[in-house]
Amino acid sequence: MSGMLGKKIGMTSIFDESGQMIPCTIIEAGPCYVTQVKTKERDGYDAVQLGFDEIKERLVNKPAKGHFSKTGVKPLRLIREFRDTNGLTLEPGSEVKVDLFHQGDFVDVTGTSKGRGFQGVVKRHHFGGVGMTTHGQSDRVRAPGSIGSSSYPSRVFKGMRMGGRMGHENVTIKNLKVLKVILESNILIVKGSVPGAINSYVEIVKQH
Amino acid sequence: MDKLKLIEATQLKSDRPAFNPGDTINVHVRVVEGDKERIQQFQGVVMAKRGSGVNSTFTVRKVSDGVGVERIFPLHSPRIAKIERVKEGSVRRAKLYYLRKLASKQVTQKTGA
Repeated sequence: MSGMLGKKIGMTSIFDESGQMIPCTIIEAGPCYVTQVKTKERDGYDAVQLGFDEIKERLVNKPAKGHFSKTGVKPLRLIREFRDTNGLTLEPGSEVKVDLFHQGDFVDVTGTSKGRGFQGVVKRHHFGGVGMTTHGQSDRVRAPGSIGSSSYPSRVFKGMRMGGRMGHENVTIKNLKVLKVILESNILIVKGSVPGAINSYVEIVKQH
Repeated sequence: MDKLKLIEATQLKSDRPAFNPGDTINVHVRVVEGDKERIQQFQGVVMAKRGSGVNSTFTVRKVSDGVGVERIFPLHSPRIAKIERVKEGSVRRAKLYYLRKLASKQVTQKTGA
């Protein structure tokens, strides 16, 4: 398998062999279960569908219940597909654990970033703002400035960077180093930060 | 949150003595030079302590050849071989940043030595 699913537990620091303090994120990765194997002949492409995070049976609707019972796995909250299986053939219902990754590997982690609500251009697009509070512009310190010319083109160009909803989008952080893998407690420790809030779901994909 | 604490617990050092801001302590620091390792001592007044768990640090200040030197150590760093509490201080503040402005004689007065 090339990747698996996990849940962000939080950030802390650990010391490496030389005594250096390293910021790290702790991810509860797996155990994931193969809920479906898609093949080129039947589905048009090869993929493995993984499920993560067991939930109570009463929380699952009937179609999903049927889907899980087909492979005999317990009901799971999160289901994601992985196209790259690394040439491995996985049986439906089999388990994918953290030992997929090893210390020193580099992984890409995808998650949903924290929602920031409606934000202005200074925070959202790193505009500089006006930078002056005198000369009659004390009321537009964080304003975007001009958004275009006047009679020609008489409109604002598409894609003009303005204020608006920020965050709560899919974000991938590439090349995070795996610092530690603890198989017994399904824990993966990566260097640096990972998108999303604590307890949010992440996809972890191994680099080749 | 429990899992986070379990990971942190493996990083904590249990042999760190209790000390407070105002105390004079001697920090034995492991210094690696090439492939040799030796112990360097840093003695001074604890100016501040901050943080919790693995991320806790403390600041030690000493005056060396008339120049004030401050070092910030992570409390649970494996580079610290030993911490000795040399002298207990009595101060009324948690952060002793005002020591920077004082003459060395006043520092000993202020920290109650």
